[in-house]
Formats: sequence, structure tokens, C-alpha cells
Amino acid sequence: MQERVAIVGVGCTGFRSITPEQSYKEMVYEAAMRAYTDAGVDPRRDVESFVTVAEDFHEGTSIFDEYTPDQIGGALKPVHTITGDGLHGIATAYMLIRTGQFDIVAIEGHSKASNIKTLSEVTAYAQDPVLNRPLKLNSHFIAGLEMNRYLFETGTSHEHCAAVVVKNRYNALNNPFAPYGADLTIEDVLSGSMLSWPLGKRETAEHSDGAILMVLASEDKASYLTDKPIWILGAGWNNDSAALENRDWAHAIYAEEAARMAYRQAGINNPLEAIDIAEVDDTYAYKELQALEALGFCREGEAGILTVEGFTSPDSGLPVNVSGGSLGMGNLLEANGLARAYEIVLQLRGEAGARQVEDVNIGLAQSWRGVPSSSGAVLILAN
Amino acid sequence: MTAKIKEFPGISLNEQDFVDGKILYNFDKLNGLYAWDTGVGIGSYLASLKNGVILGSHCNTCRKVVVPPRTICEWCFRPMDEFVPLKDTGIVNTFSLCYVTWDVKRIIDPEIPAVIDIDGASPMHGIMHMLGEVDPKEVKIGMRVQAVWKPAKKRQGSINDILYFKPIKEE
Amino acid sequence: MGMRKVAVIGAGMTKFVRRAQETPKELSWEAAHMALESCEMTMDDIEAVCLGTAPDAFDGVHLNGEYLSDGAGAWRKPYMRSYVGGGTGVFVPIQGWYHIASGLFDVVMVVAEEKMSSYYPHAQAAFLTIFDHTTERPLKPNLLWIFALEMNRYMTTYGISKADIAQVAVQHKRNAADHPCALLGDANITLDDILNSEVLAWPVQRFDVSPVSDGAVAVILAAEHIAKRITDKPVWIEGVGWHLDTAYWTNRDLAYPRYVEYAARMAYDMAGIKEPRKEINIAEPYDPFDYKALHHLEGLQLAERGKAPELYSDGTASRTGNMPVCPSGGLLGVGNPIAAAGLMKIAELFWQLRGEAGARQVPGQPRRGLAQAWGDLMQVGTVVIMGR
Repeated sequence: MQERVAIVGVGCTGFRSITPEQSYKEMVYEAAMRAYTDAGVDPRRDVESFVTVAEDFHEGTSIFDEYTPDQIGGALKPVHTITGDGLHGIATAYMLIRTGQFDIVAIEGHSKASNIKTLSEVTAYAQDPVLNRPLKLNSHFIAGLEMNRYLFETGTSHEHCAAVVVKNRYNALNNPFAPYGADLTIEDVLSGSMLSWPLGKRETAEHSDGAILMVLASEDKASYLTDKPIWILGAGWNNDSAALENRDWAHAIYAEEAARMAYRQAGINNPLEAIDIAEVDDTYAYKELQALEALGFCREGEAGILTVEGFTSPDSGLPVNVSGGSLGMGNLLEANGLARAYEIVLQLRGEAGARQVEDVNIGLAQSWRGVPSSSGAVLILAN
Repeated sequence: MTAKIKEFPGISLNEQDFVDGKILYNFDKLNGLYAWDTGVGIGSYLASLKNGVILGSHCNTCRKVVVPPRTICEWCFRPMDEFVPLKDTGIVNTFSLCYVTWDVKRIIDPEIPAVIDIDGASPMHGIMHMLGEVDPKEVKIGMRVQAVWKPAKKRQGSINDILYFKPIKEE
Repeated sequence: MGMRKVAVIGAGMTKFVRRAQETPKELSWEAAHMALESCEMTMDDIEAVCLGTAPDAFDGVHLNGEYLSDGAGAWRKPYMRSYVGGGTGVFVPIQGWYHIASGLFDVVMVVAEEKMSSYYPHAQAAFLTIFDHTTERPLKPNLLWIFALEMNRYMTTYGISKADIAQVAVQHKRNAADHPCALLGDANITLDDILNSEVLAWPVQRFDVSPVSDGAVAVILAAEHIAKRITDKPVWIEGVGWHLDTAYWTNRDLAYPRYVEYAARMAYDMAGIKEPRKEINIAEPYDPFDYKALHHLEGLQLAERGKAPELYSDGTASRTGNMPVCPSGGLLGVGNPIAAAGLMKIAELFWQLRGEAGARQVPGQPRRGLAQAWGDLMQVGTVVIMGR
């Protein structure tokens, strides 16, 4: 059994609202080529297993795993697909290396959301076919229900949620990969149209296209491939109730449980002390606040206050979503977690350019699979 | 285990139960519309089909010409070196005589799908398409065939710009 | 190497039927519940859940993995769903294997479920969407095509006749008559029945095919120290392997499944097997079509290329032969709920190697078995080797 696993190479195409000049294969190749160059490996010779994250209906093709191997260098090699977020994929690659059977594993995720013309209908197709779908509601209603209960139980205000949008989209202006950077005020955010009250349109991340690939290696290999290996201290993932009818509407229990698993592996008892920087889910603005509380960074109802006070800004106590988050980079479907982990890797390596936060040693990435799921994962990395 | 267990779970329904209205069900349909970016590789393939040419691509390292063309060689994991126009003739690599349509309707005259190794590409490299203007009983693996194209004005830049492949009459 | 040992300690399955009354969640639950009962465990003992199910299009639910998670027992537990097309049934135990072999978990529930009957009018039509959306789908391809194209290539390359192939269907369906969950078991089926059945896509005839079905199977995997506590007959996972070939299937020779060979070699290496034909006592290759069993036996190195039919004609493959093939009855006999069918083979080996397979029991106390599945566009091979 190989206990220590590191991320030794990352490649990202950047994110845009449309990518008409590239097929998904060509887009993924670009990310893959960058990652393998970064890691200094030849995928045909050195990478022993490949993991991809994808969902059929996001591609418009059934058994989509058929089309994954060629552009990541996995043709006629051990490749498999997980229907999960990029962080589930990283956790899978982590497990594969820990078995001792594989030393170098690649993990890929991408989004071509721009190619899905009826995305809201596809998303609605994930609702329970007998109990929920006949209501014919846009899936954002689930976020609206959850946001309402969250605000009610925790005393968080609408302005607190808007502050998340202001922070993240402003952060995105420093991220050359992010298409949705903007300098907004709280008023700007709250004066947008309503999506599913109390959820407003400007609190909801737009989609974007892009691809990311990461190369993971066992300790032996990592040491000679790179002088900046980023170690995985902990990986956790969890599913709460699949059925809407059984949910705890105010709390992100899947995030609490996933974090508990990851913290236990990392030996972390006090997250706020241990973690220097975090990239958490902000598919909807309130989700960031809910996640911070679920991850144990603060008590229930405090996340909003901390945000408004600037505690989660890049130059403060706990920088959160310095990359711009989904609100700034776009909702990347399955690749969301990978985009978050990518930012943490850059930060821990000291390669985040204008966004670089000083003195970061341990970072956390967290993701959620989006409505109507209650599935999420947490990854803790260190340099 | 199986020696001990008498009853396995699983209740079987039959079609008559549905006809008799004994089963509650609901019906739903996905409106799934996708517009896939073709990118450089397939985009070039389709544009070339519109011009009546089957396009392949060439990798210097493998020294192989493949079809349909792609921008990267999956074996070397490096970019392909150039596009190569191929002939529109080939050899039947394998075929079938299909009496059932994709949505499970029975037909009398079979559809004839085939994999056709295209002349100009490396051996065992071809595309899937249909055979036509041929007696199903005469089709053989190894048969030489020729593409039959839609008239130039009707082509749209699609695999259907080739109507089907027909046998080349030997002299 | 110091790799953690992983064993199968329990298994359960539902009947495979054409159309089940149970919902997908209920099917998953039935199989998972039975697997727990078989080794007297509860969901509290399970630390993680792995689920395999075929394309979402069949169930008609996007994010189908999330939808099924509670039926599989994954409430407030780490849960993942993997898929490699038809290879999923034998891949999902591999997923469970790496969960435990990694040291992160000690007990994992593995479930494979399929409810294909939901698709209207017929599940087969959903397979249209597995083809490349730009270069193939405009031709309105049919799932039967790729099998027929491969079968034709295989037969023509090696000079194998329909009768050679049909004997596989006869043997598997007869074997399945002894399987309590089988949909297509028939103790009296003959070669003529197969050869006279309706031609669907020549050379594929109706009885060459295992039709779509509903069903679910579950197994429980445990690390060594737990396995020893729970049962005195753990069945160890000795080797795993999987390989995915290029998506450009029209650029490959369909006569030989090289991806199955590589997957098998990976598993044989891990299990320390040097002479598979001597060391494998039971083979459960994937047989959604009769010729596929032969095709795969050759890929698995259990027969020479083009010679797999001899295993059937000379009795080697029968239940009392030297290397029984599909004593369960395989997909041709038991049914074809895609992912569940693969896991059914794992469950079968579990029961066989423990001497619990009842009327299907292979005599002589078999020690080692191999289960294999296949999927995608003639692309993936997944192999698991189990041993006592």
C-alpha cells in the first residue's frame, strides 16, 4: 500500500462561455498536453491508469466513456469513467495509487455546456421521474427552497449572499481564465431579476466551457518528477438523501460528512487554524456560506457576517474562492471540483500570479454536484 | 446460498397487464437538443465531404493514414501532420444484413451496414456506412466498393453526403 | 508488494425478468438487502457504496447514479458510481476492490442494477445514442449492427460456422435451467432451435442474442481482517484488470478483442497466474451474444484464436469438463440487465467457489474462477479473478 500521493502536473484550457472552434476532444487534448508537459510524463509510456468524470446527458451521448481515452493518451490502456465531480475523480485516482498497483494516474474532466441547447430540461430530467418531474419546475426551484430555509434557520441575510457574488466576481478579474469577472456592488446583485425566490439570477453561476487534467503520482515517482509536489492530505466524499422529500433543507450534510472524512485522514481538528486557503462551492451564492459552515470554518449563521466583514477576501483571515469560484469562472458541470483543486494547486506552488496569496501551505477544495443532487466531495492539499 | 434460498425477489410483469390497465405508469420525454462543436478535425472532414472528397489524416511517427481525420494521433499522443484526401473507393471489411430498424420495426429488404476500408488510408482503417445497389446475397467481405454521392448542390457537409457504397463491377 | 487482500463475503440478486414491477431503487434494495442478509451484516457495517448501472438513457433519469444512491444504501455514506458500458458489471467490483485495497475503507457494498424496460418503446432504440453523433448517428445505426459486423468479421476470419457458435447458446441456456433467477433457461433447447430462429441482422439471429431485462445484483467486499471474522469461506479477489481501446472502432480489426487480452494479462499478473488454461477452474466470459463467449475466451488466452468453439464441441466447457464455461447460464441463459449481468457472474463465482451453487455446482471443488465483461463500441474488457 502506498500512503502518500501527490499532484505532479496540471493543465487547464481556461474557461469561456462558448468554444466553437474546438470539439470536446480537441479541447481535452489541449488540457491533457499541458498537464503532461507540466508533469514531465509521456502518457503513452508513463501513465498507468486514467480516470475521467462525465455524465451522458451532459455530452448528448450514451455510454460516453467510449469517447474518453484517445484525447487523454489512454487508448488501449486502463481507463474508466466515474459519474461524479472532478474531486470524486481525484479521490479515485488517489485510491488507485494507494493500492500500490499504479504509480502514475491521470484524471480528466471537462464542460461543453455551450453545446447543450436545452440544458435546463436536461437538468430537470435528473429530478425524480414520478414524484418531482410532473411538477414541471425549473430545477433552480430546489436551490430556491434550500436558500429560503437556510436563510430562515441561520439568520443569514440576502445581503450576505450578495456579498459572496461581489467578492467572487471581483476576484475573477485577476484570473485570466475566468470569463465572468466584474466589479459589482451589493445593489447590483440584488437588483437583478428573480430566478426562484429568494434566489436571484445574479446569485446563480452561468455556465462555461473548459477542460482540466491532473496527473497524480505515488511518493517515489513524485519526488523525481517535480520539485513542487502537492500532497493529498485527505479526500472525503458523501451522499445525503437522494430524495428531496427527506432532505435537511438548511444544512449541507453531504459537505459536513465529506469534510469529516477528509479532516480525519489529514489529522485536522481545527479547520480554521489548519487551512490557509479554500475553494468552495458557489454554484449559487448562498452555497458558499452554507459550505463554509458545513466545513466547520465557523458556526451556523456566521459565514455571511464574516464575508461582509471581509474575512474571506484574498488578503484576509481565510481567503475563499480567490479564483473567482463558479460565479467568476463559470459552472463547469463535472469539472467544477477540478477547477477548484487547480486553483489550490497553483496557490500552493506559488504559481498563482496576480492572485497569489502569501504563506499558504494547506488548502481545501470542496464541490457539490448541483441540483437536484446532494452529493459532494472535499480535498485537502499541502505543499 | 442458492441451495438454501427458495424465493428470489423480483416480480415480473407482462405486456397484457399494461393493455388491461392493471399497471400504473407515467410517461415522460426528454427534449434533449445538442449542437456539438465539430472542431478542426471533424469540421474539415465534413467540409471535405461537401466537396465530394473523403478526408484522412497522416501521422509521420506512426506512418499511418487514418480516417475519419483527427487533429491528434491517439497512439503517439502528438498532433497529426497533415490532412490527406483519400479515394472514394474501398474494400468491405465486414457487413451485416439488418432486418430490424433502430427503433425496432421489422423491414423486408435489409439495410446493409458495413465497415469499408478506404483506399488511400492504411490497411484496416475505414468508416462505417451503408451498402446499396447490391443484392444482399452477393455481398462478401473483401468486395470492392465505390461511394455514390448526393448531387453536389444537395450536399450539406454530412456523412449522408455519401448516399451509400456500391460494388465496383470487375472488368 | 504488501497489497491489501480483499474478499467477497456476501452476495444477493433479484430474478432477471423482462419487465419488473419494482422501481430501480427497489431492485437495488432487494439485491443489497439480500447480500447483507447472506453474511448477517447491516448497513451500519458498510463504509462505502459503489454502484454500476448502464447508460442513464435506459432508466430515463439524468444523474441516474444520484437517483439510485438511496436504493443502494448510500444515505450519508461515501458513494461513487462508475461505468464502462457493458463492462460495468465486472468493473464495479474492481471499483469496490480499489476502495478497500487503498486502505481507506474496510467494508464496501457493491451494487449493479438495471431497469431497461422503462425505455419506450424498446430499450434497443436507446442504443442509437452510443454512436458518434456526427460521423455515425446520421446513418441511424442500430445496436445489432456492431454485433453483426463483429460476428461476421470473426466468423469469416477464422472460418467459424453458425453451428459452431450456436452450440454456445444451447449450452448456456441449458445451464441456466438450474438458475433460480434465470429468464431464458431451457433444459430442452436444441441447436436447430437456435439456427432456425428469426434473422435479425445477419449473421445474428434471435436466439443468438440475450434480450434486454431488468434485475439487480449486489456483493459485499471486505478487507482481510473483517472477512475472516464474518465467514470461514471468503472468496479472495486475486487479480483485476481493465483496458479501454480507442473509440475509433472502424480503425481496428474486430476479429480479435485485444482489449480483453490486455485486461486479462493485467489480472493474471496480479494473481500470479502463468498458465491460465491450467489454473483457471471456471470461466464466466461475457456472453450477450453467443459468439461473444467464444471471442472473449480467445481474448482471455483460454483458447487459441479461432479455436474457442472446440472448447464446447469437445466438452471442456461443460459443467463437468476441464474448464466449465458459464455454469451459471451466462447472459444467454439468465438474462441481460447490462450491469447486473456482469455482477451476476461475480456472484456465481462466489457461490461456486464456496460449493453453494446448488444444481449448477461445478464438481471437484473448483479453486479459481474468472469473470469477464465487455462493453462500449467493441472497446472495453474488464476481468476479475477470484479464488479460495
